[in-house]
Amino acid sequence: MAVGVQVLPTREAVEARLRSGRADRLGALIQGLLLAALLIALGVLLVLLADVASRALPVFGERSAEFLSAPLSARPARAGIVQGLIGSLALMVFVVVLSLPLGIGAAVYLEEYARDTRATRLIRTNIRNLAGVPAIVYGLLGLALFVTLLGMGRTLVAGGLTLAVLVLPIVVITTSEALRAVPGSIREAAFGVGATRWETIRGHVLPYAAPGILTGTILSLGRAFGETAPLVMVGAVVGTFNGVDLGAMMTGSYTSLPTIVYNWSREPQDAFRALTSATIVVLLLVILLVNATAIFLRNRYDRRW
Amino acid sequence: MTTPLTSSDFQIAPQRRRREQLVHAAFLASAGLSIVISVAIVVALAGNAVSFLVNVDKSALFAGGWFPRRGLYDIPTIVAGTLVISVVAMLVATPLGLGAGIYLAEYASPRSRRILKPIVEILASIPSVVLGFFALTFISPRLIQPLTGAPLSNMASAGLAVGVLITPLVASVSEDAMHAVPGFLREAAYGLGARKRSTSLEIVFPAAISGIVAALLLAFSRAIGETMVVSIAAGGTGGSLFQLNPLEPGQTMTAAMTALAIGSDRVRGSALTFESLFFVGLLLFAATLILNVASEAFVRRVRSRY
Repeated sequence: MAVGVQVLPTREAVEARLRSGRADRLGALIQGLLLAALLIALGVLLVLLADVASRALPVFGERSAEFLSAPLSARPARAGIVQGLIGSLALMVFVVVLSLPLGIGAAVYLEEYARDTRATRLIRTNIRNLAGVPAIVYGLLGLALFVTLLGMGRTLVAGGLTLAVLVLPIVVITTSEALRAVPGSIREAAFGVGATRWETIRGHVLPYAAPGILTGTILSLGRAFGETAPLVMVGAVVGTFNGVDLGAMMTGSYTSLPTIVYNWSREPQDAFRALTSATIVVLLLVILLVNATAIFLRNRYDRRW
Repeated sequence: MTTPLTSSDFQIAPQRRRREQLVHAAFLASAGLSIVISVAIVVALAGNAVSFLVNVDKSALFAGGWFPRRGLYDIPTIVAGTLVISVVAMLVATPLGLGAGIYLAEYASPRSRRILKPIVEILASIPSVVLGFFALTFISPRLIQPLTGAPLSNMASAGLAVGVLITPLVASVSEDAMHAVPGFLREAAYGLGARKRSTSLEIVFPAAISGIVAALLLAFSRAIGETMVVSIAAGGTGGSLFQLNPLEPGQTMTAAMTALAIGSDRVRGSALTFESLFFVGLLLFAATLILNVASEAFVRRVRSRY
């Protein structure tokens, strides 16, 4: 903005300038472009949902719930996803039982116990880097460690452990954030009446941080539910197999919902395209439900100190 | 008369103290587990990668194509495929993600922010296998093929889908960076008579540039490591020749790994395919680690400034 140095602006000139009300056309254009970027991104989401839903409709129309309870098959008219549903749920049990306590424990240590030493900083940096490691590399870890070295083979246990390791750093990071949001005065009040550190954490810090921890961990569960690459590496079956109930899948072959999507999406027939879309609808419904729960919890219990 | 307090009255009961120590040890152990995991990853990758490098015919590493079935492990082929797809993805995600980030941080009213942000988060939660299917059944046949006549499986469609996948990441990290720019900078700009657009693009954006670079590095790292979209839509199953044209099928590091794992590239005679998996994994791990560390350094610069 070049302001004339030699000529002092007169009062009239300034007033005229201020009142002219010239619209900032370029500004409006820029705002429009920025909004367009956002809307394009959301538009892709809508197109994706509409496309998948329209392909899936015939499957749900003709077979309804039978599709959910039928086992995998090479014949599209009979193929269903019951093994994927059972497998995915069983995998989530591993994640919940292992990643949540260990991840929350690690976060409590880092936020409540650890002093700012070199070792602590190393652990923190390490966890942030682990969260950025591509999922497929965790699959390689599972393949080398659980499947081969520990001799578990290509089983559901190996898959569950691999997913648990993958989710662990995310749980630590989100839990740390929730703990950091609890103000120090809460801790000091507890110490002041003679509580020990663990009593303070259990009775005061964790309850106040619980909604935040819950939101974060639910979101990481949603992420684990849709994860495919590491499972493919550690041997979730890409193809059909016998064994429909959980017992058979614990000892024999197993699969998961996203693995079925991967498998069927490689089949060129239209019938399998429809089946893939129907499986995607089920997968997305679960994930959206999980995320909606997390967002609801966050908004419901959002607390400003 | 009451007895005076002594120091023993303030001592914690032995049982209570033991519980404290036990809990402390358990938490320390779970924090230490992350180090164990990192070491395990490096050992698992490096061990098998070294035995691959020792045993492989060195000329097979630069042989003009990735065909594990025939013992050809051309590294430039899979690196080129990875770069082509990541660059296409960044061409999509940079304008869309930054645009969305700037709009959310500077233009959106608090009310529309409350609605728009969760929708962006939903986009971020779509599994990559779903976007892979979308690339193969929608982006390629309805967008890329009519415009260019490319084959159904091509790197451009996969790159576009990966771009959609990482757009929310760019948007949310860059929005956080601009959100962290203190309000007095904006107020000072308005006070000097600057317009909204000059304030957001010439004051806030440059002030947040470290965080924005961090967002782009993180997104690039995610694009390199993205697996399912590429495995489904880029068409590298069964090997690929060196290819830089995005309208042709291509092979990435990640897709090469899944192809080895599900057996479409497995060889009966040579046992090296198993080791090659870990060698490619090590390359991928190193590349993403460098990008993530660089991104982290940029984020720290934002934090230290404000």
